Amino acid sequence: MIKISNLSKKFKNGDSDIIALHDVSITISTGDFVSVTGRSGSGKSTLLYQLGLLDHPSSGQIIIDDVDVNKLSSNERTVFRLEKLGYVFQDYAILPTLSALENVMLPILMQGKTRTYAIEKAKNSLIKVGLSDRMNNMPSQLSGGQQQRVSIARAIAHDPKILFADEPTANLDSETSEQIIKTFLNLNSEGQTIVMVTHELEFALRTKRIITLADGEIIKDVINQ
Amino acid sequence: MIQNFKRKIASFKISMHVGSFLAVRDIKNSNKWTTILIVFVMTLTFLNLVVVSGILVGLIEGSSVANKKYYAGDIIISPYPNEGYIRESQDIIKKVEKLPGFKGYTARYGTGGRITSNYRETLNPNQVTNTTASFIVGINPDRENSLTTISDKLIEGSFITSSDVDSVVLGSDLLFKYSPIDSPSQQTLKNVGIGSKILIEMNGNKKEFIIKGILKTKVNDVDLRVFMNETIFRKLSGRSDLNVYEIVAIFNPGTDISITKSFLIDQGVDQRAVIKTFEEAEPKFLQDIKDTFGMLGNIIGSIGLVVASITIFIVIFVNAITRRRYIGILKGIGISVTAIQISYIIQALFYAFLGVFFGSILVFFILKPFLLANPINFPFSDGILVATIGGTLTRSLILFMATIFAGYIPSLIVVRQNTLDAILGR
Repeated sequence: MIKISNLSKKFKNGDSDIIALHDVSITISTGDFVSVTGRSGSGKSTLLYQLGLLDHPSSGQIIIDDVDVNKLSSNERTVFRLEKLGYVFQDYAILPTLSALENVMLPILMQGKTRTYAIEKAKNSLIKVGLSDRMNNMPSQLSGGQQQRVSIARAIAHDPKILFADEPTANLDSETSEQIIKTFLNLNSEGQTIVMVTHELEFALRTKRIITLADGEIIKDVINQ
Repeated sequence: MIQNFKRKIASFKISMHVGSFLAVRDIKNSNKWTTILIVFVMTLTFLNLVVVSGILVGLIEGSSVANKKYYAGDIIISPYPNEGYIRESQDIIKKVEKLPGFKGYTARYGTGGRITSNYRETLNPNQVTNTTASFIVGINPDRENSLTTISDKLIEGSFITSSDVDSVVLGSDLLFKYSPIDSPSQQTLKNVGIGSKILIEMNGNKKEFIIKGILKTKVNDVDLRVFMNETIFRKLSGRSDLNVYEIVAIFNPGTDISITKSFLIDQGVDQRAVIKTFEEAEPKFLQDIKDTFGMLGNIIGSIGLVVASITIFIVIFVNAITRRRYIGILKGIGISVTAIQISYIIQALFYAFLGVFFGSILVFFILKPFLLANPINFPFSDGILVATIGGTLTRSLILFMATIFAGYIPSLIVVRQNTLDAILGR
């Protein structure tokens, strides 16, 4: 499903280059639940940005669902993100002027679906993440955990092939974090492919595969039994 | 190719749908006071577009209206140059009365004359006298007043009646008090007012009159005249005929005045006198100023439009730039750039629409009726506000087009930024 070959990402810092990712190659299969771990600055979020088509790599190839995504134009990348990918941001990234339901409806509407269908689908997604009683609340009326669940519902509402999550529990207390991880495990058990960046080992251990990065390179790639 | 086009249309439709969805939510959840302020600015911008040019045009329109109302009526018939009166005037009046839509007429006798005020104090013939040349008009006061309502414009005293034989009404421009000009080409009477005695001389005959009223219509052709009873005029000018100097007629609303004029031409009236519609009777300088002010109005309107565009640009740009992250998230979750731009254009159009709506209510229901009832007292006209539905619609359309442009550019600038940088606030 995802094939990354010799992926590198460099940032300019004055006259010198900072290497965030160096020659990374991974293959992720359908139905996988991969956690990417590592210390701060190890390049795990950078890797996710490349996979989520939010950033362009300096070199290397990313093939998702048989498409070489580096060759896509800016508009094609947006359409690809909409059709194939779901993205859960670390700080939720909920749109403050839309209610929970409207936040989730938005990508579905963008797919050209009817309003009725979008409402129905968004409701189902919110129910799936345990927010059936908060659908019409504005983001400011929701707790951090609830906002993160809205973010997950929005990411899965349009049936993406792959769900990316960038440290989804980083800003949450342990109880709420547990709920979020359970939500991801449930989604994965239903067949959803998930790539999650986390620095919390206890959560990583509950995923099917753990990739550990250090200084932009893969130092460990372990399949959990 | 057709399929590609169809796909683009379908994609645009979706973007329209999502763009309007976002715009409505953004407007609904925006700060109410900010929205009120933006709409207030847009209303002022619209007023700047419509009212400033409307007042400029209205300034001259006031002159035109006054010229028509107090002097020329719908049609004015006057003698050819070098002729002192309209030949066979009474026959022409009969023809005028039979014209379709005829409502009323007034006929004025007239000739050049001289007015002197200090003739009683000047024993020495070489002493400079207080005198001025003027156009003396003989009228039927009741008929004149019912047609032109000229007595409404009295600023002092009262109007002459049919029984006044020793009284006259003076136009204000003949008096230094109201028109402080004292040049060789135009002299004015000093220290003269209601009750003052003046000597009027015409066709070699002189008679003493008392000033009964002073009127100010802001129409040059009226304010430089002396009005007296027609019977006295005829006696003083030594005229025994009934040939008048001017015939002024008004017609019922809806009457086509140019067709009416052509009826008179068909009957040969133009062989004996000059026939002019009220527009043709306007002094050339008035028409020139009208054109000039129209151009000025357009220039000021264009500046207003640029100001409006910049205002909208700033509003949308500030709105978009302060929401870089919001736009980044939208792009990050797969919302098309077109949908985001449409949402900003709709918001800009919403502000413009409300500005036009409230501005139109102010113009058509408050300012226009108010200024019609209370014209602005400009020195040479009573200024009204000229704002036609057609002209306002055109300006609104131009404003909407400028709004689309001014809403599109800032959203384009912000939307083009790197998605990840926008989300991470870098």
